[in-house]
Amino acid sequence: MIQLRSVRRVYELGGHLVEALRGIDLEVPAGEYLSVMGPSGSGKSTLLNILGCLDRPTSGTYRLDGQEVEKLDETVLSQVRGHRIGFVFQSFHLVPRLTAFGNVELPMVFAGIARSERTRRVREALSSVGLAGREEHRPAQLSGGERQRVAIARAVVMGPKVLMADEPTGNLDSKSGSEVIALLERMNADGLTLIVVTHDQALGSRARRRVRMADGEVIEDSARA
Amino acid sequence: MTVADLVRFSAQALTGHRLRAGLSLVGVAIGVSSVILLTSLGEGARRYVTAEFASLGTNLLVITPGRNETTGGSAIPGTAVIRDLTLEDAVALRRRVPRLRFVAPIVAGQVSARYGERERVTNVAGTTADYAPLRGVRMSLGRYLPAGDAALGQRICVLGPKLANSLFPGESALGKLLRLGDQRFRVIGVWAPRGVSLGRDFDEYAHVPVAAAMRMFDRSGLSEIDSDVASSDEIEPARVSVLAVLKDRHEGEEDVTVVTQGSIVGSFTRILAILTAALAGIAAVSLSVAGVGIMNVMLVSVSERTSEVGLLKALGVTRAQVVAAFLVEASILSTAGGLVGIGFGYAGAYAVKTMYPAFPMFPPDWAVAAALLVSVSVGLAFGVLPAWRASRLDPVAALSRK
Repeated sequence: MIQLRSVRRVYELGGHLVEALRGIDLEVPAGEYLSVMGPSGSGKSTLLNILGCLDRPTSGTYRLDGQEVEKLDETVLSQVRGHRIGFVFQSFHLVPRLTAFGNVELPMVFAGIARSERTRRVREALSSVGLAGREEHRPAQLSGGERQRVAIARAVVMGPKVLMADEPTGNLDSKSGSEVIALLERMNADGLTLIVVTHDQALGSRARRRVRMADGEVIEDSARA
Repeated sequence: MTVADLVRFSAQALTGHRLRAGLSLVGVAIGVSSVILLTSLGEGARRYVTAEFASLGTNLLVITPGRNETTGGSAIPGTAVIRDLTLEDAVALRRRVPRLRFVAPIVAGQVSARYGERERVTNVAGTTADYAPLRGVRMSLGRYLPAGDAALGQRICVLGPKLANSLFPGESALGKLLRLGDQRFRVIGVWAPRGVSLGRDFDEYAHVPVAAAMRMFDRSGLSEIDSDVASSDEIEPARVSVLAVLKDRHEGEEDVTVVTQGSIVGSFTRILAILTAALAGIAAVSLSVAGVGIMNVMLVSVSERTSEVGLLKALGVTRAQVVAAFLVEASILSTAGGLVGIGFGYAGAYAVKTMYPAFPMFPPDWAVAAALLVSVSVGLAFGVLPAWRASRLDPVAALSRK
């Protein structure tokens, strides 16, 4: 359950204050499938960063499962990111020197999960994204769609409640793009809250709930319409 | 996360930039191997000198005439003599200082030695039977000077092997009559080769009874009296007793110098220890240069892997874990460099040993341990700045870097 109350985010850029978010109020119930759309500079990426606890609001409150995130210290916040939130990026962000197995294993290594348990969960996650048997491939040996599926396996392997996807199909051809979307939607159907940030109309309109942003404000929310 | 996982992750990260990592590893290896080689040289020199002194005999006390305030001075006869050291002094020491195991009066000089047509100038030392056990002389032929009355002065002599070879090539010297100066001496023995010690070749000497040598050189005083004690802690009491006995015999004048081997070895050891430390210091400079190299590699690594750091943060890796990962990476690099350097160091020491077998090139244990410890610390110390930088990266900015 996500709750934003009058969230503002102001940057200083070259001596000027830039208001990226101008008072956002948003509630996302668990299990929601939400898309955030808008042109570049509309604040949608900033919103995603705040929702993903990578960034903190300048003012306003953010409650994640009832917990006020902006009051948590850096270390606790890291744990919140590690355990409750999964990220999928446009450019995949796989570690090139690690195999598919190693990439999916990465968050569990730092979370201190035992090795045998890690192996079991990596295999499970990779087979759930249809990549069983590709464990030992390095990112360079995989296609774009496969890379993004490895990234999705990595995002869900810690069992998060929310998945944040920033232009997940932006670097993919349409066929692998729709495979990736199908995968994300299947995970949402299994109960994972899915938040997709995109400027792709076709992708955004698939979401059950659609939020449209411009100039740091929500200008349209299908749930309030 | 466990230490094993951390080490594995950091070691894998190093494989991402093999050439750079390899070069900085070589830098540390050169630093460490130079620490080991240079300290080996210093330590080897110390051992060499100690061994040279030990070859003279152990726990020696050398009594020379004349008062010499500085310890470790030379025993050149005739310098600063106030009163002769006499044969009677030697006899008295033998009787009155029971701690002294052997007391060998020595008169040294050069005369011409002749046998048949062959003639050469040779070093002659007059001494007694005590000299052999004192200086570890072993016989290869015949026997050494017989024990007995030191004042007797029989015309017999014992030769060093080189001297024997040059005067009696291809034949046995034993029983031959050799002319030393204007008297003839019967050769009763030849000792086994002893080699050069502190630049003096013992094997070129002829030894005759001390009274015979005093007659030969027309001297009433001794060059020195050599003596020794059973253990090193008896040296000092023996020195005090020797001085007391000789003061008593010389009408209350303390006019002799007692040089103990310990005082000579001690001053050499101090000088060489300082030398070794200085060499280690020079080598430490190259280790710190290697440390800067590691820092450079790590800084490049951090900036190259900015987006990876951002990803790690998004995956829930804490700031402390990021610091740990980069520190471990830097210390793996420096420790591996240290190990390789120790290998180089030992190989270099072995090479020197092979080329100069006489020189005891010896990597001291403390230097090896210190070099390894320092190389680990170099990694940690010079890894701090890059690791701290990585941990401070803003995840949003870091992730947006491609």
